[in-house]
Amino acid sequence: MREITLPISDETVRSLGVGEAVALSGVMITGRDAVHKWIVETFIKKTRPPQGDDLEVYEAIKPLLNGGVIYHCGPVVAGLDTGEYRFVAAGPTTSIREEPYQADVMRHFNAKGVIGKGGMGAKTLQGCQEVPFVYFHAIGGAASLIAQSVRRVVAVHKLEFGVPEAIWVIEVERFPVVVTMDAHGNSLHEKVEETSKANLEALLAA
Amino acid sequence: MNDLTEAILELIRRTSTDLPEDVEARLRAALEQEEEGSAARGALETILKNVELARENSTPICQDTGTPLFYVRYPEGMSTRALRRQIIAAVQEATRRTYLRPNAVDAITGRNSGDNTGDEHYPTIHFEEVDADQPLVIELMLKGGGCENVGAQYKLPDSRLGAGRDLEGVRKVALDAVYKAQGKGCAPGVLGIAIGGDRGSSYLASKEALLRRLDDPNPNPDLDALEKRLTEEANQLGIGPMGFGGKTTVLGTKVKGLHRLPASYFVSVSYMCWAYRRRRMTVRGDEVLYE
Ligand code: SF4
Repeated sequence: MREITLPISDETVRSLGVGEAVALSGVMITGRDAVHKWIVETFIKKTRPPQGDDLEVYEAIKPLLNGGVIYHCGPVVAGLDTGEYRFVAAGPTTSIREEPYQADVMRHFNAKGVIGKGGMGAKTLQGCQEVPFVYFHAIGGAASLIAQSVRRVVAVHKLEFGVPEAIWVIEVERFPVVVTMDAHGNSLHEKVEETSKANLEALLAA
Repeated sequence: MNDLTEAILELIRRTSTDLPEDVEARLRAALEQEEEGSAARGALETILKNVELARENSTPICQDTGTPLFYVRYPEGMSTRALRRQIIAAVQEATRRTYLRPNAVDAITGRNSGDNTGDEHYPTIHFEEVDADQPLVIELMLKGGGCENVGAQYKLPDSRLGAGRDLEGVRKVALDAVYKAQGKGCAPGVLGIAIGGDRGSSYLASKEALLRRLDDPNPNPDLDALEKRLTEEANQLGIGPMGFGGKTTVLGTKVKGLHRLPASYFVSVSYMCWAYRRRRMTVRGDEVLYE
């Protein structure tokens, strides 16, 4: 398994190909529906003026995302009453919901990787080539193992979005993923979909 | 009747953190089938490591602890209202102890109740009365959202798939459902299939089918043959664990036949992810047994 430490360079991004297993280490942030929507509306399309601590949070995540990774995850977190947060379960959530936003968010921050599950669509694959970045597929449901690779919760922002939707800044060690969309226009999801379609047709004709 | 809240809490803990051995055995067998160094094998290795860790640390196998589905067979004379109250109290406590993630969102307001309670269907509790001398049996299944989203219901005949109103037609639509799901239901999955019923009872029965053990053969020889064939053919699709490609797409298939109206022929496919969390407790007097 190839070891990669964050931040990731463009050169490393371009050297990754679909099907490759990677262990990621470093500081990354979680973000799902509420976070992507908030970023796009407030800072990219600017259809909504920044409110409350929006600008502060933006400044805090900007350096982390430059060369960094955003993880589609809604964790189970212990220590909510004491503030001594600990990830109990932290598997990936379905990524396709962020399809309208993802490429724009990655471009805006110069981010190099998305972690999620299920893969993403054409707009994101296009973005992978242009920005460039890659899509890392985590193992859906492997929550305990991934939680164990989360060494430390560094900070949390936007807790008002709810625990699963907040921005958790986490330090991970050897987080296991597989590249399923690379910066050269390849998508393992497209490939598997095509071969399984041909196999289905053969089985239906039998 | 004793207060069973603590015992039900233990049932929830076991269900969320300890994968049943029949499921784990299938996952181990599947691992051996996949090529050394492939993404598919890597995925299964990670899954199995995760299963062990969850068991050791008593943490949820998957962070989506799903919809809690309770199936209760209670002896005549026992109060279902009292049982419901105890189940709900146990669910709330399990949420506080992070065996369950707060998962119940009001569909109208978008508000999460925070403790996995909601309305009369959340958590879902099915009651069935049995004879007074029978033990109380509570089965719990945790059904995740990702795999629930790829479930499908077909109405036969289906001309697009060339599926008629017979087991051959059922086979075709079931394979189509697996193809459409790709890796999105956290493959390798288990198929719960109901044939017949109305739309509601059909989906209900497709979940009940999933309460059977993976190694338990179907008493109906035709359905047993269909189960084996579907598992084998689904694995020929090449979708593989997580949709990475590979030989393991489905770990097993469970089929249940129902009565139907002459006018309707529904086939409902419930897809259960590899995190196939189901456990049973049997209560006889003061004795509680977990399986
Ligand atoms: S489909 Fe199952 S394994 Fe996958 S995230 Fe949902 S509950 Fe977990």
